[in-house]
Amino acid sequence: MSSRDQNFKNFWRDFSVNKIAVFALFIFLSILFVAIFAPLVSPTDPYDLNSVSIMNSRMPPMSEDFAGNLYVLGTDGAGRDMLSAIFYGLRVSLGVGVLSGVFALIIGSIFGISAAFFRGKYETIIMRIVDIQLSFPSILVALIILAAFGKGVEKTIIALILVQWAYYARTARASALVEINKEYIDSARCLAFSNTRIMFKHILPNCLAPLIVVGTLQTAHAISLEATLSFLGLGLPITEPSLGLLIGNGFEYMYSGDFWISIFPGIALLITVASINLVGDHLRDMFNPRLQ
Amino acid sequence: MLEYILKRFGQSFLVLFIMSILVFVGVNLVGDPVEMLINPEADQAEVERVIRELGLDKPVSEQYWYFLTNALKGDLGSSFIYNEPALKLILQRMPATLELALFSLFISLIIAIPLGIYAGYKPNSKVSKTIMAGSILGFSMPTFWVGIIFIMFFAVYLGWLPSTGRGEIGSFLGIESSLFTLNGLSHVFLPALNLALFKISSVIRLTRAGTREIILQDYITFARAKGLSEKRIVLVHILKNILIPIVTVIGLEFGSLIAFSTVTETVFAWPGMGKLIIDSIYNLDRPVIVAYLMIIVTFFVFLNLAVDILYTFLDPRVRLKGMNQ
Repeated sequence: MSSRDQNFKNFWRDFSVNKIAVFALFIFLSILFVAIFAPLVSPTDPYDLNSVSIMNSRMPPMSEDFAGNLYVLGTDGAGRDMLSAIFYGLRVSLGVGVLSGVFALIIGSIFGISAAFFRGKYETIIMRIVDIQLSFPSILVALIILAAFGKGVEKTIIALILVQWAYYARTARASALVEINKEYIDSARCLAFSNTRIMFKHILPNCLAPLIVVGTLQTAHAISLEATLSFLGLGLPITEPSLGLLIGNGFEYMYSGDFWISIFPGIALLITVASINLVGDHLRDMFNPRLQ
Repeated sequence: MLEYILKRFGQSFLVLFIMSILVFVGVNLVGDPVEMLINPEADQAEVERVIRELGLDKPVSEQYWYFLTNALKGDLGSSFIYNEPALKLILQRMPATLELALFSLFISLIIAIPLGIYAGYKPNSKVSKTIMAGSILGFSMPTFWVGIIFIMFFAVYLGWLPSTGRGEIGSFLGIESSLFTLNGLSHVFLPALNLALFKISSVIRLTRAGTREIILQDYITFARAKGLSEKRIVLVHILKNILIPIVTVIGLEFGSLIAFSTVTETVFAWPGMGKLIIDSIYNLDRPVIVAYLMIIVTFFVFLNLAVDILYTFLDPRVRLKGMNQ
């Protein structure tokens, strides 16, 4: 346990060198907190029909309704409090982004590590599929899947997993190839451990650092892609209002000057994605041996 | 060498074949286009007549075979909505998308290459750090949201530029494009800048990384030892060498600009193929969806093939590796 504490201390010492990354991490953790506890921190429940009144629609920021409720970021076309809608939207956006990221990480690592472990034809086929998929831009892959199979929560998550898995597979294979030639794998083989045990108990933990870097940057990308797809009306349904849908709702009021309806959810999305990217960028520099 | 090229060709056709099955079967499983096309008061006989007319009464495998044989003859089916060949509809809208993508590629290069070289040339200066921080911000900004802000600020608030449509079309050397009229340029500017934003960030990073590598090379040290001015070193020695990786990447980046233009075209109501596909998905216009996806997949597969083959000519290492496989 103490060596793990020591590891964490070393990690934090390296990480905290970059003050911007520390600040970004702090912002991201705050956003995560707000997203998880959205029902507790939101001033109102934006999807409780009893508390939402169409009388309060499209009120500018910092205005009050007749009952004296303050709407810090204004209200949208249906009279919902924008601040609460954004908190709930963060929940959906982060949930979908993180969930698809975790699944893609698992699937990608399994294929990547097994490709490096078994080599031969199996590896060639897997890596060819990865290469082919990575030659298409992410939005095109998502567009093909959603155009072909329709929209919905599960389909959006599946599309995001399919967009991302190849990045994880490539990273996992590259670092597994390095690990496989090390002595501890030879000794594990001598002890006649099963292939599965060697791959996931011995190789995988040593490939985690690069996978985590790819994971942070990919999750940021997935959140942004989900917002884009939902804005286009191809991603999440209106029953799961993510930030992308909130921005899309404001799109129709664009010409009437009601800027707050799409600007504020966009700022929330930007801060979320940028904070994850800043942390990921610094992690990549930290783990990059060429820069050390 | 020839064997490698033939192998890559075969692979490309395999990818296209698998994609066509995936797309065709997938699209034909979703929703009921008849319901959207037909008058809700039509009787059963009328509904059945329409289903037969569209060929939807046959099993999917038979429909696919019919589609495939026709597709090889250049007929990708007719739109349910416009009653015109899907291919024609897409080709009509293609010039608008290409001109948007080209103009935005141009914008991203003239902005990003100088900034990237500067950031790589003086990596520790304040300006460079700002450029790099800005590029992370550019990476993180959702394109469609920036598009909305552009419209709100430049079109609605300031009223400087138009926010929708393509504008007047001029003709130059037989090519018709809105890039040749002032009105057309004013229409294309905002969408192109919006589409370029993401590319600017990635080209800045690419140029910076390249510059930092080149600056350590012996020939740069030699050029300095020869007493060449820094200006000449940057403009000739660095710029020339940096263009090689950038030009190869641009081929692929251009493809991704076309893919991402679906988003920008929707925001700015730009009458290109990206907007057509989004509208077709809403209307369940299956032939257009399938035709668009097949055309764009074909485009990408052959773009990649071309880049790969070009590489084998430019870089002997790739050639040797390809031969050994």
